[in-house]
Amino acid sequence: MSIDAKDAKNPKDTKRGIKPASSKIFSPLLALFAILLFNIFLNPGFLSITIVNGHLYGQLIDILNRAVPVMILATGMTLVIATAGTDLSCGALLALSGALAVSLIRGDSTVLNADTAMPFAAVILISLVVTSLCGLWNGFLVAKLGIQPIVATLIFMTAGRGIAQLITGARNLTTSYEPFSVIGQGWFLGLPVPLFIAAGVFLAVWYFARRTAFGLFVEAVGVNASAARYSGINSSLVIMVVYTISGFCAGVAGLIYASNIMCADATNAGLNYELDAILAVVLGGTSMMGGRFYLGGTVIGALIIMALTKSIYAFDVAPESALVVKAFVVVFVVMIQSPLYRSLRESLRSRKRKPGSVRESVG
Amino acid sequence: MNNSMNNSVNSGMTDGADKIAERKRGFSIDLKYIPAIAAILLFFVAYGIGGLLYGDRGFLRLRTFTSIFTDNAYLGVSAVGMTLVIVSGGIDLSVGSVAALSTMLIAYCTEELGMNSSLILCAALAVGSFLGFLMGVLIEKLSVPPFISTLIGMFLARGLCFIISIQSITINDTFLRALGKWKIKLPQNSYINLSVILFAVMLVVGVVVMRYTRFGRGVYAFGGNRQSAKLMGLPTARIQIGIYTFSGFCSALSGVLFAFYTFSGYGRHLYGMEMDVISSVVIGGTLLSGGVGYPLGSLFGIMIYSIILKFISFNGTLSSWWTKIAVGVLLLFFIVMQRFIVYVAGRKRGRT
Repeated sequence: MSIDAKDAKNPKDTKRGIKPASSKIFSPLLALFAILLFNIFLNPGFLSITIVNGHLYGQLIDILNRAVPVMILATGMTLVIATAGTDLSCGALLALSGALAVSLIRGDSTVLNADTAMPFAAVILISLVVTSLCGLWNGFLVAKLGIQPIVATLIFMTAGRGIAQLITGARNLTTSYEPFSVIGQGWFLGLPVPLFIAAGVFLAVWYFARRTAFGLFVEAVGVNASAARYSGINSSLVIMVVYTISGFCAGVAGLIYASNIMCADATNAGLNYELDAILAVVLGGTSMMGGRFYLGGTVIGALIIMALTKSIYAFDVAPESALVVKAFVVVFVVMIQSPLYRSLRESLRSRKRKPGSVRESVG
Repeated sequence: MNNSMNNSVNSGMTDGADKIAERKRGFSIDLKYIPAIAAILLFFVAYGIGGLLYGDRGFLRLRTFTSIFTDNAYLGVSAVGMTLVIVSGGIDLSVGSVAALSTMLIAYCTEELGMNSSLILCAALAVGSFLGFLMGVLIEKLSVPPFISTLIGMFLARGLCFIISIQSITINDTFLRALGKWKIKLPQNSYINLSVILFAVMLVVGVVVMRYTRFGRGVYAFGGNRQSAKLMGLPTARIQIGIYTFSGFCSALSGVLFAFYTFSGYGRHLYGMEMDVISSVVIGGTLLSGGVGYPLGSLFGIMIYSIILKFISFNGTLSSWWTKIAVGVLLLFFIVMQRFIVYVAGRKRGRT
C-alpha cells in the first residue's frame, strides 16, 4: 500500500515540477491585466495607438518605453537575486554610466581631461566597460571575500553616485550630440529605440541563461553555493559573472536614461531604481532566497510597476502618493506568493480530495 | 509550564555561553570587539588629524565637538533601532520614510489642524511603532524577506506623507519651538539640546536592552542562528516583531528630533537616510550577517560619519559628494576588516 501511495504521489510531483514556471508567471500576469483593465475602464482611449509621422504613439507604448530602464536593470538583477544576492549599486552605476558618456562626448569633464571629443563608439564602450568593471568588483567582494551582497554593493551605491558627481562636477551636463540622442529618443520601425535595446538585452541574457548551462549553474549556486561547488560548479566565477552582467545592464540603462534627457544628472538619475528593479524581480516570481528565476516574470514585474505609476498619474494626485498604492499592490502580490497562502490553498485543495483517500489508507 | 521551560532553557544557554566565553577568553574574546574598537580608534585619529589641519579654525573647540551630536542626534536615534534590526540578521529600509512621516504628522496636525502638540508627539511615535509592528508581522507571518517588507513600509510611509500634504509645512507651535530651542549652555559658546539628551537616553535604552534583558539576548541568538534559536524554545515570532516595532519607534523619534532641528514637516525630508544609518551601523562594527553588534559601536559609526561632514565643511573647497566617496571607502575598509576577523576567528576555532 505504501508503494501505491508513492506511485500515486509521483506523477503529481513531476507535474508540479513543471508547473511552477507557468503558475509563477500567472499571478503577476493577472496583476498586470487587472491594472490595465482598470485603466481601460477609467479611460476608454487607453488602448488606442495613433500613428504620427510613421511613429506609434499611445499610452501602452509610453508605459513600455518608460519601463525600459528599470526593465533592463531588473533583467540583470534577476540573475543576481537567483544567486541569493542583491545588487543595490545598479541605480548609482546607471548615473555613473550616464555621467561618463555625456562628459566624454562633451570632452570637458573635470576629471578626465579629454579635450578632443572621442569617437562615439569609444564613448559607449568606455561607459559600458566601466560599469561592468564596477559590477565585477561587486562580484569579487561577494564571491572571493565572502562579503554579504547587500553590504558589498552598498559601497558602490554610496560611492558610485559620488564618483558620478565628481565626473560631472555636480553640474547637470547637457549635450546636443545627435547620434547620442538616438539611443533614448530614436524611432525604429515605428517603435522607440529603447524598446529594441531592452529586447536585445533581455534576449541576450535569456539566451545565455536558458540556452546554455549557465542558468542552471546560477540556480544551483542560489539554492546552495557550497553544494554547487562540491558538484563541480565554479561558484565564485558564476557569482562574479552575474554581478558583471548586472553592472553592464546598469550601464546600458544609464545610456538610455542620459540620452532620453540629453543630460547627465548624477544626483537624480536612477535614484531608487535599484529598489524598483528588485521589486520587479520579486513581483515576477523570483524568490529573494535564490534558486529558480523567471526572466519573463521580471519583465512583467517591471511593467506592473510602470503601469501602476502611470494609472495613478491619471488621478489628480501628487505623483508621490502613488507610493501608497504601490505598497498595497506589493503587499497583495507578496501575499499571493507567501508560503502561508500557498499552504492555505493546498490544504483547501487537499480537504476537497482527502476524505476518500484517508478512508482508503485506513482500510 | 512553557514559561518555566523557557526559563531553564534560557539560563542553560547563558551558562553555556559564559563557559564558551571563558574558554575563549585566552585568545579570541577580543576578536569580535575589534571592529567596534577600530571604529573608536578611527574616530580619534580622524579627530586628531582634523585638529592638526584645521585647529586654527576651531576644529578642536568644544562647540565643534558638541555639534557632532547636535547635528546628527536624529541619525543616532535611528541607528540604535537599526543596530537591533541588523544584529537580528534583518535590515530596515523604512527608517527615512517613517521619520519623514513623523515630521509631516507633527507639522500638519499642529499647524493645519491646530491639535495639541504634545498629544501629536505621542501620536507620531505610536504611528511609527505601529508601522514597524506591521512590517514585523509581514516578515514573521508571511515570510516576506525583511528587505521587501521594509521596502513596502518605505513606500507606504513616504506616500502617506504626500497624501497628507505635498507642501513643506513650517512648525510655528510655541511648545514645539520651545522644546526645539531648549538647550543647556556649556563653556565656549557650545550647548547640548534636547535631541542630544534623547539620543543619549535611547542609547542607554539600547545598551540595556541588548545586554541585560532576555529580549536582547534573544535578538543575538536569533541573529546568530535562527533555527537554533527556534529549537531552543525562544519566542522568535515575538522577538522578530518586537525588533521591527522598536526600530519603527526609533525612526519616528528620529523624525521628531529632525522636526525639532528644522522646524518643518515635509515629505521629501530625509531622503536616503536609511543608507546613511545602515552605513554608520556597519562602520560601527555590527555585522550584517547578524549576531554581532553593539549600540555603542553605532554611536561611533555616527560620530565618524559626522566627522567626515565636519572635515568637508571645514575644508571649504571640498564638495559634498566627497562625503559619499569617503563613506564608501570607509565601508569597504570596515567590511573587509570584519571579514578578515571572522576568517581568523574561524581558523582559530578550527584549530582548537
